[in-house]
Amino acid sequence: MDFFLFQLFPYIAVISLILVSIIRFDRDPYTWRSKSSQLLRKRQLIIGSVFFHLGILMILAGHVVGLLTPIAVFDAMGVDHGAKQMLAIIAGGIAGVACLIGLLLLLHRRLFYPRVRATSSFADIAVLFLLLGQVILGLCTIKVSMGHLDGHEMVKFMNWAQHIVTFRSGAHEYIADVHFLFKAHITLGLFIIFIWPFTRLVHVFSAPIGFVLRPYQIVRKRER
Amino acid sequence: MKIRAQIGMVLNLDKCIGCHTCSVTCKNVWTSRQGVEYAWFNNVETKPGVGYPKDWENQDKWKGGWIRKNNGKIEPKQGNRWRILSKIFGNPDMPEIDDYYEPFTFDYDHLQKAPEGKTQPTARPRSLITGKRMEKINWGPNWEEILGTEFEHRRKDYNFKDIEEEMYGQFENTFMMYLPRLCEHCLNPACVASCPSGSIYKRAEDGIVLIDQDKCRGWRMCVSGCPYKKIYYNWESGKAEKCTFCYPRIENGEPTVCSETCVGRIRYLGVMLYDADKIEEAASTPDEGDLYQSQCDIFLNPHDPEVIAQARRDGIADNMIEGAQNSPIYKMAMEWKVAFPLHPEYRTLPMVWYIPPLSPIQSAAEAGKIAKKGIMPDLDDMRIPVKYLANLLTAGEVEPIKFGLKRMLAMRAYMRSKLVEGQADESLLEEAGMSTEMVDDMYKIMALANYEDRYVIPSGHREETMDAYGESGACGFSFGNGCTTHSNSDFDFFEAQKSWRGKSASAHDNRINTLFSRSEAEVPKSKPHDSSKPHSKDNCCGGCGSN
Repeated sequence: MDFFLFQLFPYIAVISLILVSIIRFDRDPYTWRSKSSQLLRKRQLIIGSVFFHLGILMILAGHVVGLLTPIAVFDAMGVDHGAKQMLAIIAGGIAGVACLIGLLLLLHRRLFYPRVRATSSFADIAVLFLLLGQVILGLCTIKVSMGHLDGHEMVKFMNWAQHIVTFRSGAHEYIADVHFLFKAHITLGLFIIFIWPFTRLVHVFSAPIGFVLRPYQIVRKRER
Repeated sequence: MKIRAQIGMVLNLDKCIGCHTCSVTCKNVWTSRQGVEYAWFNNVETKPGVGYPKDWENQDKWKGGWIRKNNGKIEPKQGNRWRILSKIFGNPDMPEIDDYYEPFTFDYDHLQKAPEGKTQPTARPRSLITGKRMEKINWGPNWEEILGTEFEHRRKDYNFKDIEEEMYGQFENTFMMYLPRLCEHCLNPACVASCPSGSIYKRAEDGIVLIDQDKCRGWRMCVSGCPYKKIYYNWESGKAEKCTFCYPRIENGEPTVCSETCVGRIRYLGVMLYDADKIEEAASTPDEGDLYQSQCDIFLNPHDPEVIAQARRDGIADNMIEGAQNSPIYKMAMEWKVAFPLHPEYRTLPMVWYIPPLSPIQSAAEAGKIAKKGIMPDLDDMRIPVKYLANLLTAGEVEPIKFGLKRMLAMRAYMRSKLVEGQADESLLEEAGMSTEMVDDMYKIMALANYEDRYVIPSGHREETMDAYGESGACGFSFGNGCTTHSNSDFDFFEAQKSWRGKSASAHDNRINTLFSRSEAEVPKSKPHDSSKPHSKDNCCGGCGSN
């Protein structure tokens, strides 16, 4: 089971993410959008959405940097694992709580405000529940982490993640004996990556960073 | 100098009767779909009033258009690029559905299927968003029709700026006019500038501003960026939509649907040539009051040989240049100076212009109610305050409006002397600085307004870019993957819009533009017809009188 979930499923999930995203972008670009429901209810969206997005972006950045930076780099910089663990708990905790508040506001709005509810697809609601479950699991792991502040558990996850992205076998063995909560968190995370391209989450790939470099006006000429 | 061509529009408000034919035909063609029921690419407002969406002219609230910064540069009023991006998770300047109105339909079904009762069955409203009963409709797209709602509400009209609006609430002094509105297809569009994905663009050939539906990601900054609130968010598709200026018709040399169907013959379409290099400079004019003039200054005289030569060098087709020379828009805006842009102070350089209304003045003058200056009535005593029109059309500058109105009055008086009294009185024209040729031309285009004089639209040159033969019998304008449905399965992996086309005519549901599927149980089951038995009651619908 561990072999499937932590050695094979990561690849299945990422292949789904890449392949389905490409197919959707190419075949059905009209469905590629953020699907905002702000028009139907504004105030609660703005508060909830800002909390959620800022929180989750910080969490995302933390996970990428924390998991994928080679251990040697941390050693060279003189950051010991205990300090890194504390940083992850504090920064991750704050971002996680912000994200949780945002998600609860958004979920409440989506479920109990008739206009938003009536115009929601199954995926819109499911995605919120999945993210909510994932954030709660993530926050719960903090309690486990408090039990081993020296950071040796974290190294296991770093080894796992780095083995996965470098296509090495035996990755799953690194995390064979970690707490159940971590395993659940990783599994749900991979599942979210798996369903990602089927939902509105694809809008993340269209984050309009290029806007800041663009001239204001766009004029299109007919191609000859 | 970089010359570009633009199809512009002029609306002669003096002739608008407020029949809403433009709005209805436009809606039937473009927005009779789920997600945009509330959207009217063309709507007609009764002024004074707060309009649709409510209070759209209040840019302190909505932050539409551009502002000029202290360094002389302009930027979108909702903020520069970083500010706009910072609002992407929640746009505080965007109107909510209730600022437009909650779209509704009626239970028409019930009129046919109600059981027999003591009273006539009624069709009660139902929300087109939630599908739930609406007990009371509180606002609609044209709630202020012909001075509907109380003056206390309508006086919030932005165009009462610097006017003692109090007196216009009194019955004797009340006034109204119609204002049909659509996308302005601006030379300096704020929606284009606000779009984070870069999906909105202006077409080089005819200046039509369009949204690339495949590129739009629904960041909704254009909705707040447009000061005319003429970009609408489709809550179903999650994309922004706007007036297309009926580009498939324009390319074919045909007028837009709103123009084609205008019963009052108030709409004009024609080509304007302008200097694209001067757009930013014109939009950055320091004084708002000068913006009308600075926009006029970037239009080019299509009869000038130098302009013609440069236009050819810039790749403008000969039929476009010829169209510009015969353009009714150029005549009304530049030669006769009777047409004005809508709210030039937004700095977007709009291209749908308006001839101000004049109507109630002449008869009142003849009845001795308002003072006459010579033969011409005194414009300061017009029923519609000139200042109000100026706030609407020239950022508060009264003189250009007065000049335009004077010319229209002079045309009337002159033609009256010529046709009714049989003695053309040319002295009337001097005060307004008009020649007899000019007034004859004005009369022909503005008063008679024949079809071919109103619409001078050179056809586009699609043949240069595509083989039109393959398009014949094809699917035409469509969304998403066009005529092919992208999926054969009932379950749709990518959450695309469900097609409701044709559903309204199904046996299960005969309401118009509906989004609910009726369960079988609600529909009275018709029993197999048995002529030997008398009609049973549940077999007959209430109100049909066939019992």
